Amino acid sequence: MPEYCIDPPSLEGLIWLGCYLTTGKHLAFYGAFGTVLLLLAITAPTALAFGFGGAMAARARNAPLRWFGKGYIAVVRGVPDIAFFLFFVIALDQGFEYLRHKFKCPDWDEPIRQGSDFLVCQAAKMPLGNSPQWVHEVYGFSLAVLTFAIVFGAFAANVLYGAMQAVPRSQVETAEAYGMTRRQTFWRITVPQMWVYALPGLSNLWMVLIKATPLLFLLGVEDIVYWARDLGAAKTPRFTDYPHGDWRVYYFLVLLVFYLAFTRLSELVLDRLMSRLTRGQATTGGEAQRKAA
Amino acid sequence: MKSLILTTAALALTATFAMADGHGKTIRMGTEGAYPPYNFLNDAGEVDGFERAVGDELCKRAELTCEWVTNEWDSIIPNLTSGNYDTIIAGMSITDERDEVIDFTQNYFPPAASAYAAKSEGADLTGGVVAAQTSTIQAGHVAESGATLLEFATYDDTIAAVMSGEADAVFADKDALVPTVEESGGELVFAGDDVPLGGGIGIGLRESDTELKEKFNTAITSMKEDGTLNELIIKWFGEDAKTFE
Repeated sequence: MPEYCIDPPSLEGLIWLGCYLTTGKHLAFYGAFGTVLLLLAITAPTALAFGFGGAMAARARNAPLRWFGKGYIAVVRGVPDIAFFLFFVIALDQGFEYLRHKFKCPDWDEPIRQGSDFLVCQAAKMPLGNSPQWVHEVYGFSLAVLTFAIVFGAFAANVLYGAMQAVPRSQVETAEAYGMTRRQTFWRITVPQMWVYALPGLSNLWMVLIKATPLLFLLGVEDIVYWARDLGAAKTPRFTDYPHGDWRVYYFLVLLVFYLAFTRLSELVLDRLMSRLTRGQATTGGEAQRKAA
Repeated sequence: MKSLILTTAALALTATFAMADGHGKTIRMGTEGAYPPYNFLNDAGEVDGFERAVGDELCKRAELTCEWVTNEWDSIIPNLTSGNYDTIIAGMSITDERDEVIDFTQNYFPPAASAYAAKSEGADLTGGVVAAQTSTIQAGHVAESGATLLEFATYDDTIAAVMSGEADAVFADKDALVPTVEESGGELVFAGDDVPLGGGIGIGLRESDTELKEKFNTAITSMKEDGTLNELIIKWFGEDAKTFE
């Protein structure tokens, strides 16, 4: 904090604003934008991997594997996100702790469930009870990434499954005629060609994912919406050096601009990606590109 | 003989584990961080307020290492029972309904009044729309009073609802409303009579955590006896606040 910010009530105009916008709380707010971007950067590839795995499983010839793939897609797509987020994270956390408890504290003789309490020995706690706050935060964040990846992975799996089916049968037949094995056909013909069919669906998912990040707060991660609400609420001089009225509308306006700018940028990138993937494909888009060239 | 030695060794090991269980553990203090003067986030983004001061002093007296975490009010009890933190110290009144799910220490804040605040003294408190924070004793009281209850996730939102005219009045702890009303520049006034609710404010704990409960109870008693608790109440809530005898 710069020296001239020591006595905020005496400041005016831009200097006051400058000091106000650099309080520790505001810095946490700016940091939360980083958290959201980091979440997206990690979740998107993870969800895509889950989706790819799910789609492959759903297409498998091995029946149990296929049931698993189809079951995953059907169950996760069918459960409301918010229920999934609230239930699943607590269940996942308790599941980890239960396993660690069984493994690390075999001598424990008290029941794990006592009324509404969930009790495991200290050594089984995730994270350990005496670990610093940042470990708890990283753990919460990782749970959030995993939950987002599972939810969005199911939708991505359905999109990719459809895209794999959409690759023209003649392409696959030709590959077979060349004597490629099932595996070779899949990796050399189906996968490179399916992206153009998958992209519209995947880009939808990406947009929804961007807008779903405020769900982070349900998982105990302090995201931009949480800070905007807290910072924007009316403040009385007794509890802050920077009292102000109800400014939530301005903070939410900042979020609005952020989300709009970010989705617009994504659209531009996805459009370019689409035209790159269309090149040379046996689709209407590919044909149009060929004629224009 | 050999098995005897092994058993002894195993017993000794378990004993050390049990010891390690009680010591060196950080007590995580769960609070809301949005209910001044009880608890709020200061300009630096840290937990501050009456409960921060009381909690830090209690931890010092009970010789515990404590750490503060914030959690949304709505899910503050489930996160305690599933072990994400060890105490709730968030202006939570002791009520029978909550006592069935969690345990409370003795109160560290005496039973205090709740009050209505509105834009005019004549606001309709029994037939109009009254805002209160979700799952508070105040929300329960409004629901029984005949008024239309409008629930919000945070205290700030309830005040904003009255300011914008969405609700006719807000019903909350009087001690939280006093600074809001005083510094609203005359826009908000108290309406109707004060209502005594709840059995004071205590620290919420898991029902199985009896050892921790004893430690905090002893520390609270010692703070009550030497007057430090009353000093903190007066410091944060003003001269008129209700203190312990």
